[in-house]
Amino acid sequence: MARMPVQFRLNGSDRAVFVEPAETLLGTIRRGLGDFAPKFGCGQGTCGVCTVLVDGEPRLGCLTLSVTCEGRSIETASGLADGPTLHPLQAAFMEHFAAQCGFCTPGMLMAAKALLDRNPNPTRIEVVEAIAGNICRCTGYEPIINAILAAAQQRGARRA
Amino acid sequence: MLEFRKDLFADERDDNLNVIGKGEQRQDMLGHVTGRTRFFDDHGFEGLLHLKVVRSPHHHARIRSIDVSAAERAPGVKRVIRAQDVPVNKNTLLSLIGFGKDDEPTLAVDKVRYKGEPIVAVIADSDAEAMAAVKLVRVGYDPLPAVFDVQEALKPGAVVVNETYPGNYFEYHDKYDHQKLRFGDVEAAFRTADHVLEERYQMSPIEHASTETNGTIAAPETNDRYVVHSCAQGLFFSLGTTAKILALESNRLHFIGGTVGGGFGGKVDSLTEPLAVLGAILTGRPVRYVLGREEEMQFGSPRGAERHVIKDGVMRDGRIVARQITSYFDAGAYTRLSSYGVVKCVAHMPGPYTIPNVRGDAYCVFTNRVPATAMRGFGVTGLDFSIEVQMDKLAHLVGIDPMEFRILNAYRDGDMKAHRRVAHNTALIECVQVAAQKVNWPLSETARRASSLSGGGGPRAAIPPTVTDESGRIGRPETRQAPPQLTPGAAPLPAYQTPPAVPIYQPPPAHQPVAPLPNYPSQPAAATPPPAPVPPVPAPPAAPQHGAARFSSVFTRRR
Amino acid sequence: MPVNVRIVQGLQEAAEILAADRGALLLGGGTLLVRAINEGVMTEGTLLRAVDPALLAINAGGARVELGAGVTMAMVLANRDLSYLHAPARGIGGPAVRTTATIGGNLFAATPYGDFTAALLALDAVVTLHAGFGGAREMPLEEMLTNRARGGVGLVVSVGFNRPVGADAFRFLKVARVRPKGVSVLSIAAHLPQNAGRVSGARIAYGAMGPTPLRAKAVERVLEGQSLDAATIAATKTAALEGTMPATDAIASEWYRREVLPVHLGRLLAGETS
Repeated sequence: MARMPVQFRLNGSDRAVFVEPAETLLGTIRRGLGDFAPKFGCGQGTCGVCTVLVDGEPRLGCLTLSVTCEGRSIETASGLADGPTLHPLQAAFMEHFAAQCGFCTPGMLMAAKALLDRNPNPTRIEVVEAIAGNICRCTGYEPIINAILAAAQQRGARRA
Repeated sequence: MLEFRKDLFADERDDNLNVIGKGEQRQDMLGHVTGRTRFFDDHGFEGLLHLKVVRSPHHHARIRSIDVSAAERAPGVKRVIRAQDVPVNKNTLLSLIGFGKDDEPTLAVDKVRYKGEPIVAVIADSDAEAMAAVKLVRVGYDPLPAVFDVQEALKPGAVVVNETYPGNYFEYHDKYDHQKLRFGDVEAAFRTADHVLEERYQMSPIEHASTETNGTIAAPETNDRYVVHSCAQGLFFSLGTTAKILALESNRLHFIGGTVGGGFGGKVDSLTEPLAVLGAILTGRPVRYVLGREEEMQFGSPRGAERHVIKDGVMRDGRIVARQITSYFDAGAYTRLSSYGVVKCVAHMPGPYTIPNVRGDAYCVFTNRVPATAMRGFGVTGLDFSIEVQMDKLAHLVGIDPMEFRILNAYRDGDMKAHRRVAHNTALIECVQVAAQKVNWPLSETARRASSLSGGGGPRAAIPPTVTDESGRIGRPETRQAPPQLTPGAAPLPAYQTPPAVPIYQPPPAHQPVAPLPNYPSQPAAATPPPAPVPPVPAPPAAPQHGAARFSSVFTRRR
Repeated sequence: MPVNVRIVQGLQEAAEILAADRGALLLGGGTLLVRAINEGVMTEGTLLRAVDPALLAINAGGARVELGAGVTMAMVLANRDLSYLHAPARGIGGPAVRTTATIGGNLFAATPYGDFTAALLALDAVVTLHAGFGGAREMPLEEMLTNRARGGVGLVVSVGFNRPVGADAFRFLKVARVRPKGVSVLSIAAHLPQNAGRVSGARIAYGAMGPTPLRAKAVERVLEGQSLDAATIAATKTAALEGTMPATDAIASEWYRREVLPVHLGRLLAGETS
């Protein structure tokens, strides 16, 4: 099968790749472009460890075909920090022990970023709903929810 | 939130510690939040190949034929691996520590014993091509009857699951079809008990469901070695297993791992390492073998199913005088770690309680289910669930508050445990007291004043005269005890008036009494025979070739 | 031959390819088909991605509502005029699934998926099928689902239905074991137009109670002309299981689904939140 060319932005840089027609965005990002932050967990849209942002919307890398991402802007956890400065979500995850094995963390962070970018001051229920598609099997969800709420608060304080 | 109760056991603890009790940032956290943590699959290789396996659609079947010719010709396929390509195609994980017989092939040879068992591996340029080629492998099967229930599997004449263990049970100490625990004389104690309660508990298999599935990337390295990025929880265990199966010197394997995307016991089996390395050897290229989620859920080992039958004798005042536990562990089709789970289970009997008469029989049973393995306290968790539900029922039966009932029967420092180790650092009483306090559960003054540090030892440190038996010899299911029967209250039944003709461990001068707990009102003595001298500790049996005694110390020993 | 993907502009070309190639499937959001590729269920054939503004059209302001087959659950949730459909849309996956999962895809989701379709069924929805060169053919959703079970449907362009009258006239309940996101044990959609306190023209539909979402016609008959009182609700519970054919899967057994359906139906009709 002939490979197909795709261009998109990945964490702010323009990238061009050739992909298999039915290749997933997750496969392209990981094995094609070498960004291993988004993970493979289920391939069926159940676990959310492959969550990335496509034009700011949360999407599952394992269920998105790369050929549908032409011209899009894609963000992964690798692009969250601003140089050496951590994103408030990253700092809050560290502070609140919101990761144990770390496998769900990149997807969890992107689901949280999608929420805070749209809704800077979410309620606890909105946070729960925003990460409802992301499974964590280690730490439990409470530290993660607390970290996201804390990041929102801290961002609010910075804006004020 | 976490609370350190420094008032408890204060003199047993050094408070001058640098880390414990203080908040510390984990050294791996920065990697986790930046996405830089590298799990086994987060490694790029030029020319990476992908391995997928053909799995049995049957629970139990003879393999009549295997035809891989179409798969070998399929687009992108670089190599098909069959059973005869595996250098040592029979292994058991704990053979590394001399426990159990090799019973599981890497790729099935003559028979499949569970639905999902690997038969053939296909290596191709892409996952998609490997999956397409897997569909082209033709396997002819003659389905066989299957057995799924542990007690059915133990019946004489049951379908033989795993020919290495023709009785469908793991063999302990080269002698018994189960692991035994004998302490005192439960039958005598049941006869004198005010109440006897027998209940059955069981639990289904549990999937670890770690977010990262099992997998391995293996690649040729310099110096004729292979680098192996592994998901293994026990990296060197997996290295040893892979070296054995592939008949390689272990120093030709360079295992990298330790960063595990959730394990919980589900990544101790070396499910993917041997085939990935074999693939790298046969193709000369990097090979990636990762389970899909359905494979992980359906065929990656779960915590096995367990069944526990608990029979207790209890006095009206709440003292448990006898506990008999018969446990069945469903190992599935192969041993993996279930044999060890059974040893742990028996070591945990009768729970954190001091009971003068204990009998335990635990079977590791083979069925045509997915092989089971370790998971968070396996062997103990299911038994604890059963024991604690039983404790509530017993408390209800004798009309004592369940919290008080636990404090009354709790083990204390200095007590002799049923497997003949003296209890140290016991803390059940304090745990119950703190738990009661947290939920405002009223406890009596006596229970509040109880302590793990006092009231133990003395007569409670004695090993009682112990009734032993030869039940359950390998290959002689007729020697197994009949299933325990529900026996009524204190008055002995006619059938019990003649003591069972069983050999006695040591000439028993008399029965050892239960010491009354110091903080409780005096208890009726009628239930217990008069005191007697403490018999000597029996000499340990000769070290068995495959045995618990050897196993229990082996994790600290280098081979 | 690995799976091919073709991206086509316009519905006409898509319809022609679908008609000519039995191995071609129209790709909605990909939440079902890409999964089938990931799991090795689909190893050959063609996925067709049609780019056409008609598929993304939302016409929700008036009494008659038209939604393009490519409209995502997230688009439904972002539209205030569609608030009565927010509960079923929110029941589809987590946020990252809803940004891709489409109405059209849901119409073809095998049980226990397809809860949004149950909602559309209770709204008496009609699907518009592409009929060549700008032509269109309408078909009741129920008939389309029957055809789907038999294999052939055609290219669905949009769904249309009348907006329910009254805030309480449309109710939806998804029963899952994991909250807030889990696969359906079952779902129930109820459209209960009332006239002077009496139900008139009720539509009840179930998800995950058969091979496709299905209407509970026995329940609808019980409700006709009645007020939603305790006696009526008790009668609907008795009739609840008629025509259902639930499956046993990893989420629930057939027995369990039958056992809990009347309970949940009773609660939904009584206006109790479960």
